[in-house]
Amino acid sequence: MKIRSVLIANRGEIAVRIIRAAKALGLRTVQVFSQADADSLAVRLADESIAIGPPAAKKSYLNIEAILAAAAAARVDAIHPGYGFLSENADFADAVVAAGMVFVGPTGAAIRLLGDKVAARRVAAEAGVPTVPGSEGRVSDIAQGRAIVAAIGFPAMIKAAAGGGGRGIRIVQTMAEFEQQFPQASAEAAAAFGDGGLYVEKVIEKARHVEVQILGDGVNVVHAFERECSLQRRRQKVWEEAPAIELPAAVREKLCASAVSLARSVGYRGAGTVEYLYDEATQQFYFIEVNTRIQVEHPVTEMIAGLDLVQEMLRIAGGLPLSVRQDEIAIAGHASECRINAEDPYRNFMPSPGLVEKLEIPSGEGVRFDTLLFDGYVVPPFYDSLLGKLIVHGANRADCLARLREALGGLKIVGIPTTVPLHAALATDADVIAGRFHTRFLEQWLETKFAAPGGDKEVAR
Amino acid sequence: MSKLEIKSRLPGVFYRRSSPDAAPFKSDGDAVAVGDVIGLVEVMKSFHEVKAGVTGGAIRFLVEDADAIMAGQTLAEVEA
Repeated sequence: MKIRSVLIANRGEIAVRIIRAAKALGLRTVQVFSQADADSLAVRLADESIAIGPPAAKKSYLNIEAILAAAAAARVDAIHPGYGFLSENADFADAVVAAGMVFVGPTGAAIRLLGDKVAARRVAAEAGVPTVPGSEGRVSDIAQGRAIVAAIGFPAMIKAAAGGGGRGIRIVQTMAEFEQQFPQASAEAAAAFGDGGLYVEKVIEKARHVEVQILGDGVNVVHAFERECSLQRRRQKVWEEAPAIELPAAVREKLCASAVSLARSVGYRGAGTVEYLYDEATQQFYFIEVNTRIQVEHPVTEMIAGLDLVQEMLRIAGGLPLSVRQDEIAIAGHASECRINAEDPYRNFMPSPGLVEKLEIPSGEGVRFDTLLFDGYVVPPFYDSLLGKLIVHGANRADCLARLREALGGLKIVGIPTTVPLHAALATDADVIAGRFHTRFLEQWLETKFAAPGGDKEVAR
Repeated sequence: MSKLEIKSRLPGVFYRRSSPDAAPFKSDGDAVAVGDVIGLVEVMKSFHEVKAGVTGGAIRFLVEDADAIMAGQTLAEVEA
C-alpha cells in the first residue's frame, strides 16, 4: 500500500470504526479532536491525537485549516473524513490532495458533480438509472405543466425550484386541482424565495427507501447489494436492514446493476451509496441521490456480504485495486441495525447527553455493537446523538429479529435515556416483524402504537 | 435589591438570537416576563427555547452568544 498513516477527520463511533480498520491494516492512526472530545474513545485508541479547537464543530471538525495543519504536523499520508462533517465537501477533498495527501473517498470533481441534485439526476438518467417521472428542470408555463402531469399521472407534486427541505411543495390529486394550484404555487414561490420557478414530479406513495452499496477503485466498480432503510423519523434513518425485504431477484439485479452503471460512468473511487425510492406495488425504483462517503448503516452490508468496507476504502486510497470481484460477493443471511441515540423516546426524542454510569454490551453469535461509549463516559451535548449501532446477523430475517430481541434485552446503558426501548418495541411489532412498512410508517406508528410503560407516568416525569 | 437567576435545564450551546442576522431576544437592561424567550440552547443539533421563567427588570446576561453551557448554569440575572 502507498499509504502508511491516516488522520481521522471525524469523531464518535465512526472515528473508532476507522481507527480499528486502519490498525488492522497496519496503518499509523492520528485522531483530531475538539476540546469536548479530549477524553473520547477514539482519542484513547488512536496512536496519536491532536487538538484542533473548541467544541463547536464549525471551529473544529469543520475547520479545514486546522485539520490540514494537524495533518501536516503529524506527517500523515491520508485523511479519512468519515460521514457528515467534511465528508462530502469537494473543496476539502481538493485541499487534501493539493497538500500532497490522499483523500479517502472520491475525487473532489466527483463529489461536486454527484452532490448537485440536478447534475446528479442528469448523470443518473444518462447512465440508464430511472428517475422519478417529472419535468426535466423548470416548467415554463401551465400548458407545459398540464402536458407533463397528464403523462405522469396523479398524485403529482408541484415543487418550488428554489425551495428545499420540504418547503414549497404542493400535492395535487386531479387536473382541476393542478390548474388551480399551479399559478398560486408560482406566486407563492416568487414571494417566498424570490423565484417563481416550478418543477413537477410524480408522488411515489408508500415508497420504501432502498439503497445500493457501491465500491470502486477508479477503474472497476462492484456493488454489495442493497439495504432497506424505510424506518425513518423526520427523514432520519432509525433502523436499517440488509438485504431489502422481499425484493424480487429480478428487481434486485436491475437495481444493483443501475447503481454500478452510474458509478462506472463517473469513474467512481471509494465507497458510495446510491439511494432510491422503491414502489412495491409497481416494482419500480427511482433514483434519489448518491452519497459519496461511507454511511452510518454500512455494517448491515458488511454482515451479509462478508466485506470490511472501511478497510476496503483505505486499501483503495492506498492505490490497491478492489480486493473482490463481483462474482465473489453474495448475500448470506439477513442483518439489522438499530441506531441507539441519546434521546428519550418517551419525551418526544428530547436529547439526553450526560454521564454513562454503566455499560453492558450484549455478545453472542452474529451480534456487533459499534460505539463511542465506555463506562464513565460523559456524552457531550455538542454533536449528534448517535451513541452506537447494534447490528445483528441471522440465517434469515426471522432468525435475525429473534437474535435482535435478545441482544436488545442485553444492552444496558445506565445513566441517560436512550432509544433502546423504542427498538425493543419495534422488534416485537407485528407489522415490523412482517416487514409491512414504508417511509411514513414509523411516524404514524409513534403516534398510535408507542407509549411509555405505565401510561403517562414517564411522560409527566 | 434582590436578583433572580435564569438557568438552563439543558447543556449545549447558548444563542442570544434566533439566527446570526436577527436581533437578540433580549438586551442587557430589558425587562422580562415569565413567558419571554431569552435565548436558545442547541443540544445535539436540536434547538430548544429558554424562557425567562421569572418576571423582573434589567436583565443582565452572564454568558455570551454561542458560549458552551452546562445544565443548571445561570444564563442571566434579573432584578426582582
